[in-house]
Amino acid sequence: MNLYIELLASTIRMSVPLILACIAGLWSERAGIVDIGLEGKMLIAAFAAASASAVFGSAWIGLFCAILASLAFALVHGYAAINQRGNQVVSGVAINMLAAGLAVVLGNEWFREGGRTPALPPEGRFLPFQFPALDGLPAVGPLVRIFLEHSILAYVAFALVPLTAWALARTRFGLRLRAVGENPHAVDTAGIPVAALRYRAVIIAGVLCGVAGAYVSTSLSSSFVRDMTAGGGFMALAALIFANWRAWPALGACLLFGFLQAIGNFAQGASVGGFQIPVQFINMLPYVLTVVLLAGFIGKSVPPRASGLPYVKDR
Amino acid sequence: MRMRGELPHWVDVGLIPLINLAVALIVSGLVVLIIGENPFEAMWIMIEGSLGSLKGWGYMLYYATNFVFTGLAVAVAFHAGLFNIGGEGQAYMAGVGAATVGLGLEWLPWPILLPLAIFASMAMGAFWAWIPGVLQARRGSHIVITTIMFNFIAASLVGYLINYWFRPVGKMAVESREITGAYILSAREVAREFFGVRIASSPLNFSVFLALIAAWAVWYLLWRTRLGYEIRALGANPAAAVYAGIRPDRIIIIAMTISGALAGLMAVNEILGVQHRLLLGYVGGAGFVGIAVALMGRSHPVGIMLAAMLFGLLYQGGSELSFARPGINRDMVVVIQGLVILFMGALEYAFRPALSALLYPLGGEANR
Repeated sequence: MNLYIELLASTIRMSVPLILACIAGLWSERAGIVDIGLEGKMLIAAFAAASASAVFGSAWIGLFCAILASLAFALVHGYAAINQRGNQVVSGVAINMLAAGLAVVLGNEWFREGGRTPALPPEGRFLPFQFPALDGLPAVGPLVRIFLEHSILAYVAFALVPLTAWALARTRFGLRLRAVGENPHAVDTAGIPVAALRYRAVIIAGVLCGVAGAYVSTSLSSSFVRDMTAGGGFMALAALIFANWRAWPALGACLLFGFLQAIGNFAQGASVGGFQIPVQFINMLPYVLTVVLLAGFIGKSVPPRASGLPYVKDR
Repeated sequence: MRMRGELPHWVDVGLIPLINLAVALIVSGLVVLIIGENPFEAMWIMIEGSLGSLKGWGYMLYYATNFVFTGLAVAVAFHAGLFNIGGEGQAYMAGVGAATVGLGLEWLPWPILLPLAIFASMAMGAFWAWIPGVLQARRGSHIVITTIMFNFIAASLVGYLINYWFRPVGKMAVESREITGAYILSAREVAREFFGVRIASSPLNFSVFLALIAAWAVWYLLWRTRLGYEIRALGANPAAAVYAGIRPDRIIIIAMTISGALAGLMAVNEILGVQHRLLLGYVGGAGFVGIAVALMGRSHPVGIMLAAMLFGLLYQGGSELSFARPGINRDMVVVIQGLVILFMGALEYAFRPALSALLYPLGGEANR
């Protein structure tokens, strides 16, 4: 019984960075900017959070620096994609590499531990809330442990889903943003600046990836190690496609992928009930599901129409 | 007419790439400066470490061999208008092909076994690119996303295969047993066995000639055959290609298959030529270097060979540098790689307007 509670709590924990990155991608791609660089932004943010928190001894300063670092990368991507009309996929690949390299190079220079950052004290981390009074209760206790005993950043992630769904469907900004991802010419004709809207989307994506990175290094873990996001950004991208670029389904997809990750972590080296599914097959499942979905064998995934296309004003 | 003002051919092909490369290197230099080292000194150590000795040259060319294969793979797909980010996974799967034949058919004499193993490498790489190609052509799945997913699927799948199939019983290290039959001698072994000469130790082997042949073959394919013409036509203008009677689905699948086969050749250099066993994560990012190499080499085999040598220099020089200056981590090379991709790919035309204004200050006829 305890194992199942742990597994579900771990599902929530693992899905938090996925949700944050996935919602980040959602904002960006709904405005027509393809974001392969979620992984890189998360990684540099994880590094910035762990280093700043180690130096200043405050998780909040860590979070702030994580957002700044991720934002800087997001703006590079925005400049390349919006101003220079460069290839957005190429720019994303560049950002991923730059982040992976810079984090280790700078970390090695600053802390001399081969790219690791020092282990953080409790005040340097976002620790889960504890509810000792409720923990022991018969029916409520397990639910509290599964759903409530998480850090503040997890609450932020889950709050973002309804907020995003609402903003994209009900606000003027959200509707314009979606329009810019579907038909930028129409938006431009209506006198709304395309570039400014797209920049806002890129900035939102940057901030959210920053929070995701801070969660990975200062909440899930207590230091930065190389490549610690381990493809989470790409899994978020897969979840985004899986969810057909919608906020609520994105939550579902991230929870599913988080669950698979949690099982993968639990099943490592242990056989369950006599038979054993190799952990590698559980690990690859999110990607296989995404490929199958993309191929239209189960449902159909349709990206925003103008995604990846630079906007060129008619002369 | 081009959109942003015509510039002479040599500016587009020669000057702009050089400026972009220079900017990428200057920014890399700034990073070195930020971590408190002297960038010129660092550059010199890298050049000295790779070009200053026979051993350095050997290592440089050995790295370059890998990058020529992965770079050509990206380039062939580029010419068809496809972005194959899956070189990493394709090369990884190719290792399975090489090891399966190398270990499974090791009773065959090597003149038969080695070509078979090389073929198996190419076939497995091709297969891993063929599926995304088919999915793109027939089902409309975006090739970029599918190939990214296939990198991760390959990482898990090959990890499983090594763990459960290739690893000898009772062995701790996650790797296959030694491939003894399909064994490519290193340049050093060739020199010692056949010529009785001792040369500096390096992993350089016959595959470097294979890279030259592959580069020539890609050039011939793209610029001298009907299929190559169709690939380039589709990449340059899909609508016109369809109008000319070219079937996009067929070309997409063929181009991806060729691309995967080229990436697969990396297994020949790395598995058959150097490691002689299938190792966990043996590709080590070379598939992604291929993207930088292809962008830098302007997707032309000659450019790719030069770019691959530059990255070979950076990789070999980079490891020498990290010995000489512990403050500079080996991952500095990854930073340079990222900057090269950024400035030569995504910000390709960033300096074009300024250059145009500089070359033709009065907005003369070249700007019309």
